[in-house]
Amino acid sequence: MNRAYDKSTQLVCKALDIDLAELNDWNCCGASAYMSIDEMKAHLLSARNLVLAEKEKKDLVVVCPACLTTLTKTNHYLAEQSRFKRTIETALKAANLEYRGSVRVRHLLEVIVNEVGEQEVKARIKRKLSGLKVAPYYGCQLTRPFGEIDDKQFPVILDRLLTWIGVAPVDFPLKTKCCGGLLMMTNEDVALGLNRNILACAKQKGAECIVTICPLCHMNIETYQGDVNKMFGTDFKIPALYFTQLMGLAFGFSRKALGIDEEMISSRALLEKHLEVFG
Amino acid sequence: MLLLEEGIERTAHPLSDVFLHDVYGIPSGDKIKECIQCGTCSASCPTSYAMDFTPREIIAAFRAGMLERVLKSNTIWLCSSCYSCTVRCPSGIKLTDIMYELKRLAIEFGLAPKGGKAPVVAKLFVDIVNKNGRIAEVPLISRFMLETNPLGAFKMIPRAMRLFKRGRMPIKSHKINGMAELEKCAGAMTEPMVSGLHARSTKEEGS
Repeated sequence: MNRAYDKSTQLVCKALDIDLAELNDWNCCGASAYMSIDEMKAHLLSARNLVLAEKEKKDLVVVCPACLTTLTKTNHYLAEQSRFKRTIETALKAANLEYRGSVRVRHLLEVIVNEVGEQEVKARIKRKLSGLKVAPYYGCQLTRPFGEIDDKQFPVILDRLLTWIGVAPVDFPLKTKCCGGLLMMTNEDVALGLNRNILACAKQKGAECIVTICPLCHMNIETYQGDVNKMFGTDFKIPALYFTQLMGLAFGFSRKALGIDEEMISSRALLEKHLEVFG
Repeated sequence: MLLLEEGIERTAHPLSDVFLHDVYGIPSGDKIKECIQCGTCSASCPTSYAMDFTPREIIAAFRAGMLERVLKSNTIWLCSSCYSCTVRCPSGIKLTDIMYELKRLAIEFGLAPKGGKAPVVAKLFVDIVNKNGRIAEVPLISRFMLETNPLGAFKMIPRAMRLFKRGRMPIKSHKINGMAELEKCAGAMTEPMVSGLHARSTKEEGS
């Protein structure tokens, strides 16, 4: 995973007293590319992660929406599809593994908003990002296809969290439109076009930075702006940060600790302008 | 009508038979029968503008016995799994899952367009995960460039260097301890899962 997302996630969870432990010996969830070759084996990969999480008697928390969708899908199929369940159970049994179906698969954003809550988040704020205008970008798979976290097309869960830490989310109609990240390696022209749409919308709405909850969206939006500009003759230079990085800043952690200076488009000037230290 | 009769064995197109069989194996897969050709999927799709067949047209083409043409086109490889079609379809068709099925069929039947990059990525991705249990970005990207565009690899170098300098290019790959465990499980899959959730060789239960 992206190092900055990792670092900032760990710090924010620690500050919020979330008992976060890396799943021991986890494997690939079997998302998209694997699913395009062998569906059942993709679900088997996913099922092994569920087995490992069940052993720990904990919720399985992810920060990647594609992992969220794949793991949730496997979990649903195991609960609802008897034939599917038999196939996976038999396979797991060959290695003396068993899944009883007790694991909840969750995205960290949802855990923070629903489980930790507004009061606890606000209680930890040491700095204010006053007036920073950000485009809350959810991407595709946080809410689709299942919609368990929020509305499938116009969620507000990230908007709410941002207001708790003193950041102003702009009205962002493309918040769940695809950024093209998955197509970047294979269909560059199409991917850059989708990326441009997100950037143009953010700029038009007056956002000074884009906040993401997905490592692939972040990679795409953050590192391909130069290519977008070249292709479309635009001049985008919009920093993109993970939601955990903004939270970490508000909680008083340094930019370095949060991996904020690792991006291609520096957010330094922007943050210096808005970061207000309390008392 | 082919679909209304549920005549899986009676269609004239072997590819369609396999497709339908596999799609029926996906939960809610039989909803495909209820497509009303409204085009909500195509209108919701962020990449349909670049597809040879839009999502709506895929179902129309299938009904017309033209699935092979769809699989030979760029269409399915432009699906980015955003699930917009799936959540908006008034008939409850899980079109994104169907796209995955079509990708598997295209590879299995050797119909994926020549020079298409997406099937190459998918195969390399699976290959790396099958060896290590996890994906490793650098091997994936370098093998992909070697297979599809060795000269273009040079173009990637400055970008790779910039990412590397910022600690965003993890070089070392990690092999999980549970590889043997995973292989044992995969070997014990009770059904020969070529594609789809149902084995094609076994009889349908109760239907």
